[in-house]
Amino acid sequence: MIGGVPVQVNDEGYLTDHSQWKREIGDAIAKEEGIEMTDSHWTVIDYLQEQHRNEVPLSVRRVGKSGVIDIKGFYALFPKGPLKTSSKIAGIPKPVSCI
Amino acid sequence: METTKKPEPFGDVSKMMLILSKATLDNVYACFILANGARMEGIEAEIFFTFFGLEAVNKKKLEHLHVATVGNPAMHMPTMLGGLPGMEALATKMMKSEMEKLDIPPVDEFLEMLSASGVKLWGCKLAKDMFHLKDEELYDDLDGVITVGDFYKRADREGTHMLFI
Repeated sequence: MIGGVPVQVNDEGYLTDHSQWKREIGDAIAKEEGIEMTDSHWTVIDYLQEQHRNEVPLSVRRVGKSGVIDIKGFYALFPKGPLKTSSKIAGIPKPVSCI
Repeated sequence: METTKKPEPFGDVSKMMLILSKATLDNVYACFILANGARMEGIEAEIFFTFFGLEAVNKKKLEHLHVATVGNPAMHMPTMLGGLPGMEALATKMMKSEMEKLDIPPVDEFLEMLSASGVKLWGCKLAKDMFHLKDEELYDDLDGVITVGDFYKRADREGTHMLFI
């Protein structure tokens, strides 16, 4: 149960089925990660989910070049590992990129 | 009775301090990927560019770093071949194109990325003096030029690890 919704997650807390994602779930995961979600956070989450739907592999470099946010801003929004934390909130798999 | 204080446990990795002493492309990439990878996990990272490693933050040199083809057993070629004219350039070109395919940026963009990610970049004072370099010849976003002692002092918390490349 996350955010009052029953969902399936893996050992590390990533959703295993993205179709189960709801904004309340994202909110609840963010709280656990110590993040207070703002519009800027949600803009990034929307972008990540869109990339996931298009099956584009994610990297910090790509996010930085997306025009949605620059790398500095990305780290400011999600300080404890931006790509991992934001992917978890977005309900998409843990990124495998080293970049 | 006085009790001896037990040594603090090493703890989880909280900070990676990388010392880059060579500026062949393979070493520079290894160092940058380790630093960036730390930040991506929420781990602090700092790089000390010393001796030939300083070339990686030398504006004139950083875009022209090469892969070493001589004395590099992983090249799987006889040493004599590695020394032939054009061999280093070829290996370098191949490595750069493979890196780009993996979404790994060229050195100048990588430095920008590290800075933006909060990696502290330090030039070594001794190396700078040895190569007679001026501040303006070094990468603009360098956090400073410091001594080895200054760098060690930055290992200020439990879970700090230091790596020599």
